[in-house]
Amino acid sequence: MAELAERTEVMTVNIGPHHPATHGVLRLVVDLEGEVVKDLRPIIGYVHTGIEKSCEDKSYWKVIPFVERMDYVSYFFQMEAFCGAVERMIELEIPPRAKYLRTIFLELNRIHSHLVWLGTTALDLGAISMLWYCFRERERILDLFEMATGQRMHTRYFQVGGVIEDIPLGFEAKLREFIADMPVRVGQYQALLDRNEVFLSRTKGTGIVSRERLLELGVTGPLLRAAGEPWDLRKAFDYLAYPEMDFKIPVGTVGDNYDRYRVRVAEMVESTRIVEQALDALPEGPFIADDRKYVLPPRSELSTSMESLIHHFKLVTEGYRVGPGELYYAIESPRGELGCFVLADGSAKPARVHFRDPSFVNLQAFRDMSVGSYIADMICSLGMLDPILGGVDR
Amino acid sequence: MPDAPGLELIRGEIEQDHPGAVLDTGFEHGCASLAIDPAHVLGVLGWLRDAPGQGYRFLSSLHAADYLPAEPRFAVHYELLNRDRVERIRVKALLADPGEDSLPEIDSCVELFPTAEFQEREAYDFFGIVFNGHPDLTRILLPEDYVGWPQRRDFPVGGEPVTFTYNERNYG
Repeated sequence: MAELAERTEVMTVNIGPHHPATHGVLRLVVDLEGEVVKDLRPIIGYVHTGIEKSCEDKSYWKVIPFVERMDYVSYFFQMEAFCGAVERMIELEIPPRAKYLRTIFLELNRIHSHLVWLGTTALDLGAISMLWYCFRERERILDLFEMATGQRMHTRYFQVGGVIEDIPLGFEAKLREFIADMPVRVGQYQALLDRNEVFLSRTKGTGIVSRERLLELGVTGPLLRAAGEPWDLRKAFDYLAYPEMDFKIPVGTVGDNYDRYRVRVAEMVESTRIVEQALDALPEGPFIADDRKYVLPPRSELSTSMESLIHHFKLVTEGYRVGPGELYYAIESPRGELGCFVLADGSAKPARVHFRDPSFVNLQAFRDMSVGSYIADMICSLGMLDPILGGVDR
Repeated sequence: MPDAPGLELIRGEIEQDHPGAVLDTGFEHGCASLAIDPAHVLGVLGWLRDAPGQGYRFLSSLHAADYLPAEPRFAVHYELLNRDRVERIRVKALLADPGEDSLPEIDSCVELFPTAEFQEREAYDFFGIVFNGHPDLTRILLPEDYVGWPQRRDFPVGGEPVTFTYNERNYG
């Protein structure tokens, strides 16, 4: 019998852009040798909608709903990055209650974002029930958002100067119920996954990238922390109510996909703690700054005060002007450093709004995570990378 | 952030190795920035990264901006971060517009900061700034065959026609 010569051949496979495992409209061109990934190129831009360009044609307050739609899972963070940048440019101090309210909503949004990640990633790995459990809790967060802001997603709740409205009656009780339940739910997720044989064999030891390489590639957020680097902008920089909060930064040890999972799950518990502390310490007082040149006057004043009416009219028609200058303001989003660069030319519209989106930068590490691994592990790594393509493409 | 005198010290030290590199220093809203000559960009970035006592080893963000009608018109911003001292510094490389048919050029810093790869491609894609030495300088978010540099200030908003098959069929 003639012996079959061993033959290896590199096959190029196109995955996406429409594929459930790519978590959005991401296209991957993968060179495979058998099942092993030899090279990989992410191709992006399929949901590029020119948001940054559109922002240049909108007055500052109209930019807020635009930027929210970049990373559509962590919309509160985009709002905070933009509003915070503008507030720092016009040197407008926001009242303490607004700081605390923003902190509460940001952390709820972080839990929401991690829940979406956990549900969809576990789904990719075959744990279908996780999706239902995670979306059950996510639904409660969205209900809270709806109660306070009127919208489930893209809430436009943060304004330059504070937040648009105070939290309604009954919100606190409902939030406290959620805070009490959430750690229990996280415990249930952990009971399902932490020592699950299938989950462990899929995640342990896969997708490892060294801490040094991650830093070179500019990776931030849970991916970096899973590699053992305790870097979190909430601790490093002073913004909102984070300096007064007591929370830990979960870190991993080896930086494999299992560590990434553990770090994010631990972050959900820490975020719940932050929400609880912020709610306990929520100061009384105004929820938005009292500077009529930048902040809309209360609705009730419009029928009695001519001056308020003029301010309202000016703010709604032209908007406020921001003196020439530029600023980069970065916050810790669920995916890492979310930076907003605003360039003002003195008019009522920004001359440039740029978002340093963590998904966009983190995606560069995907090649390092996947080359040399099996294609199935590549799918796992992509889930653990947690890119939101709306944020990548903007 | 280095404060205003600290920034002058940095400027002085850079001037020793790279005379004429720093054009201006700025300090606004608590952020320090160095405006530099694009010819010295790698020297300045490398110095800020490696010189003892500096250690701005993390490039947070790289983005371009169009200052039309100011001269020089373009700038590439490097938001550097020292994670030990938790200090940020912005380096702005000012680029003049070379005119209609040619594109502004600057050296790529991918060797120094591998994170810049995607971000330099993005700056090229939207502003037409060429990064010499970049391993794969192609459009990243826009289609490969796109013509124009849409985030330049003289590129109109809404300049992109919406192509409906109905219109094409009936009025094409």
